[in-house]
Amino acid sequence: MLRKLFKFHGGVKPQTHKTQSTTQPIARVPLPERLVIPLHQAVGGHPRPLVAPGDKVFKGQRIGGADGSLSSAVHASTSGIVRDVAPALMPHTSGLTTLSVVIEPDGEDRWGELDKVNYRTAPPDELRDFLRDAGVVGLGGAVFPSYAKLKPGKEGRLKTLVINGAECEPFITCDDLLMRERAADMLKGIVAMRHMLQAEEVLIGIEDNKPEAVAAVQAAIAASGQSGIQAVAIPTRYPAGGAKQLIRVLTGIEVPHGRRSTDFGVQCFNVGTAYSIFEALEFGRPLISRVVTVAGNVDQPRNYEVLIGTPMDHVVRQSGARPDTDRYIMGGPMMGVRLPAFDVPVVKATNCILVGSPALFPPPPPEMPCIRCGECAKACPADLAPFEMYWFSRSKNFGKAQEYHLFDCIECGCCSFVCPSHIPLVDYFRFSKSEIWARERDKSSADAARDRFEFKNFRQEREKQEKAEKLAAKAAATREKVAADSQAGTASPATEAPDTAKPAAPSAEDTKRALIAAAMEKARQQKAQIAPKNTEQLSAETQADIDAIEARRAATATPPTPDA
Amino acid sequence: MLTALLVMTAVALVLGALLGYASLKFKVEGDPLVEKIDAILPQTQCGQCGFPGCRPYATAIASGEADINQCPPGGEEGIRKLADLLGREFKSLSEEHGVEKPKSVAVIDENTCIGCTLCIQACPVDAIVGAAKQLHTVVAGECTGCELCIAPCPVDCIAMEPIVDTLDTWKWRYPVIQIKQAA
Repeated sequence: MLRKLFKFHGGVKPQTHKTQSTTQPIARVPLPERLVIPLHQAVGGHPRPLVAPGDKVFKGQRIGGADGSLSSAVHASTSGIVRDVAPALMPHTSGLTTLSVVIEPDGEDRWGELDKVNYRTAPPDELRDFLRDAGVVGLGGAVFPSYAKLKPGKEGRLKTLVINGAECEPFITCDDLLMRERAADMLKGIVAMRHMLQAEEVLIGIEDNKPEAVAAVQAAIAASGQSGIQAVAIPTRYPAGGAKQLIRVLTGIEVPHGRRSTDFGVQCFNVGTAYSIFEALEFGRPLISRVVTVAGNVDQPRNYEVLIGTPMDHVVRQSGARPDTDRYIMGGPMMGVRLPAFDVPVVKATNCILVGSPALFPPPPPEMPCIRCGECAKACPADLAPFEMYWFSRSKNFGKAQEYHLFDCIECGCCSFVCPSHIPLVDYFRFSKSEIWARERDKSSADAARDRFEFKNFRQEREKQEKAEKLAAKAAATREKVAADSQAGTASPATEAPDTAKPAAPSAEDTKRALIAAAMEKARQQKAQIAPKNTEQLSAETQADIDAIEARRAATATPPTPDA
Repeated sequence: MLTALLVMTAVALVLGALLGYASLKFKVEGDPLVEKIDAILPQTQCGQCGFPGCRPYATAIASGEADINQCPPGGEEGIRKLADLLGREFKSLSEEHGVEKPKSVAVIDENTCIGCTLCIQACPVDAIVGAAKQLHTVVAGECTGCELCIAPCPVDCIAMEPIVDTLDTWKWRYPVIQIKQAA
């Protein structure tokens, strides 16, 4: 059955460079001397470390626990001893460090006790929790925790489950090889996802420059006897592998600004994710390795099954890096990020290590002024006007840039690719986005500070007022009490005293005197109640001294208190 | 002639009454300019401007009592925004009010703190928790870096530590523009 396909706006056709790394099957990489596994590898909360230096860990043992509502666990990739839990450089342009677990492999590569789940009978909720603890995240590059996406929309069922095997970026072939070699297992993962999402149909989108992968997946579907699953060859056009673009091509649905694809009954997963879901559900194996393409400035470009945490230079060594290598890029040439060092670890987001050299990726020609030719708008797959966003980003007019839907930009790099003035447009957009986020953070913290400051002032005023009220109430109570006392006391003398014409003036005076007397009485009582300390087990001399002092004190204290 | 005068007077009276009614009915509570200025100020509540908090300073700017360049935490960008809002010339930060510093938070040395509560009383945003003779600590997320807690501490156990970049706060740099050399 031939399916009607749709087109997305824009896109480019860069040279694919894919044939070099697909000549040989996926190879395993020997165990490195040490593995550095960052705990924060996926979108969402930072996982908590569950191991300490010196602990022995098994392959597949959880070393970072999911924390918060959106977070994904991290596992030991091999058996060995934890050497350190400390910040280490992560594969990110910033060159920042993140809390990582350093494992020294013992060479046995022994699996520990694995949790298992019967995915054919277990309810979807249990499967989601299981996948969260198995650390399964989207392997297409966004590393979004998969369990959070495996929820059907409001209607409780999904129309179309889209599986992304497009792999549009040049050089990268990890999904291609995975589909060629492991199509049957991947399909089992897809069937499990379909069950969890209650999806009517499944569409596996593969670019038509991968005929072997299309054939392998189609053969696997035929062999499995599943109905409603279709592998579709789609035209090769970058970025057909973008989730929104692939959904557009396969279903014709255009997901508008601010909406999710599930609102339209569509959800999209990468083929690598489907395979790791199969591994997790079938064998209980968490996500501890992934297929990584090593390409670019190497003697033998190839795909490897790499343990998470393996240093990148260790992987590249298998392919033979050429001597003029000056950089590693994680991802492809369009969207990849330049890495701060060669020995950063492979993480769940690493689909490709692109080895660069000045000859392979020469420095870009100097940036020229924008001539408003509109080529970038023609190429933009998100239907934006990059040249407008560029003007506003460049002049730091972020509000206007946002009005031109800066946040719908998927940073695919098509605009920079076609720009005749060699303007690094995506760099400007990334800069603008992070500035806007920083400003929003600043603004919300300023608002919080203002609220707290105003509340503190309000609280201080309130406390002052409460204190004043309390004092006034107490004073009033004492006055009343004394007045009552004095009335009872003066009731009889009042009959004797003839001067009752002006009772107000003397009573005020009396009250005051009575108040003072009451306070003095209270103080004396308190003083009397204080028991002397350290008076046990005293020697006779000390006791005698104390007695003498007490006698003196009594003698001096008696004269002023005869009237009391 | 008289009719015309009467008509004009009547019209003037009616319109005057309408205007008077409108000015009562649609009276703006408070000064909206103060709100706008206050929104630009960083809300550090540090008092370096010479006023007890950001809102008093905003009020002073609005009434013309204070200049726009007295807020070191707001920095040059803040002054620029104030200048834009008020239609004034940009001025560099006034030196007598302090210098622009990187954003930092207060940290209490737990070995030295004696639990005197003086810093708690000084904190304008209630970001320090603790009780008498109990160890105090700064809630880093709420600390504005105003440094008001440093002076009252009798044992000098509070230090300001600059905020380090994390992956969540890291920013992409402004793209470097290569300028071609003239031949």
